[in-house]
Amino acid sequence: MSRISKVFNQLQEKGKKAFIPFLMAGDPDLKTTKELVLEAEQRGADIIEIGLPYSTPLADGPTIKKAGKRSLEHNTNLDDIFELVAEIREESEVPLVLMGYYNLVFKYGVEKFVQQCEKVGVDGTIIPDLPIGEDEELRSLAQNLDIISLVTTTSKPSRVRTVAQKSQGFIYAVSTPGTTGARAEISNEIEEKVEQLREFTDTPIAVGFGISKPEHVEAVTDFADGAIVGSAIIRQIEENLEQPEKIVDEVGDFIEYLTSSIKK
Amino acid sequence: MGKENNNGQFGEFGGQYVPELLVPALEELEEAYLKYKDTPEFREEFEYYLKEYVGRPNPLYYAERLTKKLGGAKIYLKREDLNHMGAHKINNTLGQILLADKMGKEKIIAETGAGQHGVATATAAAMFGMDCEIFMGQEDVERQALNVFRMKLLGAKVNPVTEGTATLSDAVDAAIQHWAENVEDTFYLLGSAVGPHPYPTMVRDFQSVIGKEAREQILEAEGKLPDYLVACIGGGSNAIGLFHEFIDDEDVKMIGAEAAGKGVDTEEHAATMTKGEPGVIHGFKTYVLQDEAGQIMPVYSISAGLDYPGVGPEHSHLKELGRAEYVGVTDEEAIEAFQLLSETEGIIPALESSHAVAQVMKLAPELDKDQVIIMNLSGRGDKDVYTVAEKMDIELED
Repeated sequence: MSRISKVFNQLQEKGKKAFIPFLMAGDPDLKTTKELVLEAEQRGADIIEIGLPYSTPLADGPTIKKAGKRSLEHNTNLDDIFELVAEIREESEVPLVLMGYYNLVFKYGVEKFVQQCEKVGVDGTIIPDLPIGEDEELRSLAQNLDIISLVTTTSKPSRVRTVAQKSQGFIYAVSTPGTTGARAEISNEIEEKVEQLREFTDTPIAVGFGISKPEHVEAVTDFADGAIVGSAIIRQIEENLEQPEKIVDEVGDFIEYLTSSIKK
Repeated sequence: MGKENNNGQFGEFGGQYVPELLVPALEELEEAYLKYKDTPEFREEFEYYLKEYVGRPNPLYYAERLTKKLGGAKIYLKREDLNHMGAHKINNTLGQILLADKMGKEKIIAETGAGQHGVATATAAAMFGMDCEIFMGQEDVERQALNVFRMKLLGAKVNPVTEGTATLSDAVDAAIQHWAENVEDTFYLLGSAVGPHPYPTMVRDFQSVIGKEAREQILEAEGKLPDYLVACIGGGSNAIGLFHEFIDDEDVKMIGAEAAGKGVDTEEHAATMTKGEPGVIHGFKTYVLQDEAGQIMPVYSISAGLDYPGVGPEHSHLKELGRAEYVGVTDEEAIEAFQLLSETEGIIPALESSHAVAQVMKLAPELDKDQVIIMNLSGRGDKDVYTVAEKMDIELED
C-alpha cells in the first residue's frame, strides 16, 4: 500500500481529514522548501504537494505563477527537486506528490522520471496538462507511484466514472472552473461531483483550488476526505520575502490556523 | 501520408494535453465539428460567406516581373492578401464563427499576435452579432496599434496581457484561462492550426480552401502541378492551408519559412523547426523551442505573427516524414523581400509573408525557367509599414 493510501486509512480510522498544502520547489530557494516541508508536517500537513516550476503554467493563477518565476530565477530543475526529495526522505516519511506540467516530464524522459520518483521516494504525481487518455505511458511505467487525476465541476458523468475507475492515491477535485488562486467563496458545485465519484470508487477525494480560510477547509472536508491549499500558503511566503528568516514560522502558523477546524 | 487519425494525432504529434477542465469543452467542440463539417448546409453556408463576404476565390497571380528579376522558376502568388480584411485569417475565423453559431455560443474569445487574427475574429463576430473579447500581448498591442484600433472599431474588447514576454504565447495562456472559466457560453476561436485536438484539424480544414483553389488555378494556368510550394510559418495555418491539398502529390515539394529573427545562432529568433525539439505546448505535442530542462524559451521576430515557440502538429509530422522542409529567414532578409515585392510587383506584403518571399528569392534563381513555385502571400503589409520604416531608419510623422 502506498504511503498516500496509508495516511488516508489512518485518518479515516480516526475519523479525520487530510490537509494537503502545496509548496513550489525552490521558492524562494530549495533549502527553504525543505524546511517548509518538514515544518508543514509538524504543523498539521498529512500529504505535501511539491510544485515543479514551469515557464508557462497554463492552469495556474498569478500567485503560483509568481512563485514559479521566483524559483526559475535560480534555474531549479527536476534533478534539483529529486535531490530535495531524497534529502527530505532522510528525515521524514510524509507522503510527497510532485505537481508539474508535462513538458518537463516529457523532456526529462517519462521512464527516467518514473525511475527517479520511485528511487528517491516520491509517492505520487499530479500533471494538470496530462489528462486521462494522454497519460498511458506514464501509467504503464509507474509501479510505486500514484498517478493522481483531477475532476472538475465541468466533468461529465462518463468522465467522472473514468476518473474514478483509474484513480490512484487520491482524486483531486477542482472546486472552481478556472485557475488556481485564493478565492473568497468556495462553490458547492464540486460537492455534487464528489458524490458522483463515491458511486464508483472508495479512493479518497481531496478538494483544491480557491481554498484560503479555515472555514473553507472545514466546509470542503465536510463532504471530501481532504483539503488542498496552494496559493494562500504561497502568499505567506510572498509577504515575507524581505524577511526570509520568518518564512518557515509564518507558513507553519498559517497551516496550523487553516487546520484548526479539522485537527481538533 | 501526413494525415491525422481520429484522435487528432499526426504521427507522434498533436493530441490533447490540456487541464481536465477543458476536456468537456474540447469534447463538445469535437462532437459539434464532426456533426456539422460535412453537412451540405454547413458547407454551403461557409462557401457562401467565403464568396460573398471574403471575396473568394482570390487570384493565383503570375508574378512576371519578380520571376524575371530572380531569373529562374515561374513564381505564382496566392493572393490571400486580397481577402476581406487583408489576410488568410478570415477563412478560419468565418468557419469557426459559423460553428459557434450552430453550437449556440454567444461569446467569442481569441488570442492574437500581429493582430490579424484578432481583427479577423472581431470582424466575423461583428457580422454575426456576437460579443467578442481579444487577448493580446502588451508588446504586440504597442507594435500593432492600428490593429488594436480596428478591433475596437469592430466592437471587440481588447485585453492586453502583460505576463511573460507579453507576446503571442502569453496571450494564448490568458485566452485559454478565460475559456476555462467561461466554457458554458464562450467559444474559443483559435487563430492558427495549433492547440489541442480538434483545433489543428479544424483550422486546417477551414484554411485548405487556399490549396484547393491554388490547385485548380495552377492546373488551369500551367496544365500541371507546381514544383514547389512556399509559405511562412508561425503557428502554420496559412502554410498548412496551402500544403494540405498537395500532400499526396509527392513531386510537389513544400517549404515552410520560419522566423530566424536576428539569426538562428543568436538568442533572438522563433525558428522552432530549426532549433526546437519535440515537446508539449498549449495542449499539443509538437516541435517546441525549449531549454535543456524543458522550459519554453522566449521567442523573437520582427513579425508579430511568427514569434511563436511552437508550430502546428501537422507541420511537425511533415518534417519528421521528410515531406516538407522548414528553413529560417532572418528579419533582414524579410525586410529586403518586403521591399523587393513592393518595388517589382506593386504589392506590399505582410512581414510574415515577406519571410516566404525571401525564401522564394533564394529558391527561384536555382530552378529552371519551366519550373513553377506557388507562394502563399498570406497577408498585406499596410500594418507593417511603420515597423519597416523604423528598421530603414526612416522617420514617419506621428
